[in-house]
Amino acid sequence: MAESLFLEVVTPQKAVVSEEAQIVVAPGSEGEFGVLKDHTTFLTSLKVGCLRYKDATGKERYVFINQGFAEVLPDKVTILAESAERRKNIDTDRCQQAKERAEKRLADESGDVDSVRAEAALMRAVQRITMSKA
Amino acid sequence: MATLKEVKVKIVSVKKTKQITSAMKMVATSRLRGAQMSMEAFMPYASKFAEVLGSISGNAANDASPLLVAKEEVKKVSVILCTSDRGLCGGFNVHLIKKAEQFIQSELQGKDVQLICFGKRGRDWAKKSPFEIEDEYLDVVGGKIDFSVASSSGQKMIDSFLEGAVDEVYLVYSEFISMAIQKPALKQILPIPSLEDVAGETQVDEDSSNLPEHICEPSSVTLLGEMLPKNVFIQIYDALLQTSTSEHGARMTAMENATKACEDMVDELQTTYNKARQAGITADLMDIVGGAEAIKG
Repeated sequence: MAESLFLEVVTPQKAVVSEEAQIVVAPGSEGEFGVLKDHTTFLTSLKVGCLRYKDATGKERYVFINQGFAEVLPDKVTILAESAERRKNIDTDRCQQAKERAEKRLADESGDVDSVRAEAALMRAVQRITMSKA
Repeated sequence: MATLKEVKVKIVSVKKTKQITSAMKMVATSRLRGAQMSMEAFMPYASKFAEVLGSISGNAANDASPLLVAKEEVKKVSVILCTSDRGLCGGFNVHLIKKAEQFIQSELQGKDVQLICFGKRGRDWAKKSPFEIEDEYLDVVGGKIDFSVASSSGQKMIDSFLEGAVDEVYLVYSEFISMAIQKPALKQILPIPSLEDVAGETQVDEDSSNLPEHICEPSSVTLLGEMLPKNVFIQIYDALLQTSTSEHGARMTAMENATKACEDMVDELQTTYNKARQAGITADLMDIVGGAEAIKG
């Protein structure tokens, strides 16, 4: 069995994940990257996306990540995200509402809509929905 | 001297007040616990963030981001004032407001000051003050605080700082030291004072500082540029958490004192009542004895 590394996902609200993992795949802003034990130290920003990892028993787990940073050390990966949740905790109804709201705002052409924020909200909602359906 | 009945009514009413204050104390205690828990939950994020920031800022120049550069001429200054929405917490809000007032008067003389108020008490004061209220956020302090409040308000400040609408941003909040002690504190938020200060607190005891330099992707300057605004949000969020915890702490102490004062008052009134009662009995006895003597005679 492969050697494991320690994965931590923390948000301002709470620590979402804190456990051993065999492999971690994270959505870096420059592209998705995978980390095994003894990876070189590495620091990157993350985009909205899905973090995948295999836990100690080899089971694949998924965590939604809303932007942030990842620090990779040889035996530890720390993810600092503004918000994060495990796939099973995603509230699909809320996401659906958020998605509709964001779409409505983007469709609004009156000009006083913060389109950057609306787009980000839409992206988050879509990502969450895709993840919960997978 | 008050009549027996008056004293009795007073005792009952003070006892009722005491019931209310002690109930409020219990509510404050449980809220305090909740607030402390969210403060603790925030700790790992904050310290890890400071550590990472420290490790990339170590070799960055001090003008790596526009957020670090002080304006040559400071004209317009924002002061963020964190207070509670509700009263009955002793001198808590008064102290915070005083701190802001003093700071504005001593340091910001002649500058154009605008206020950003978290909490109703500070807002109410600001309305009466000669300063302009730029923004107000009610129903934030004291309840469950969402990080998005800190990030959206922080983003607004950063935007206006970069646009040049504001030259400096300060934060007045209550530092939570212990259940009994809360201290009004002041912090400069923008321009970010210096990288050493930002990272300084946590970096010293971490063994990661002697690790080899990180490979950064994108470059460390870009990363730093992304992390610094986040650091502003973190400071605002931290201030809100601390203020809200302090509020509950202050209310707890205030209510405890009020409960004690009620007890003292009831004791005192009870003594008055007893004395009045005794005096009444003595007077009655005197009457009877007097009457009996008169019949005998």
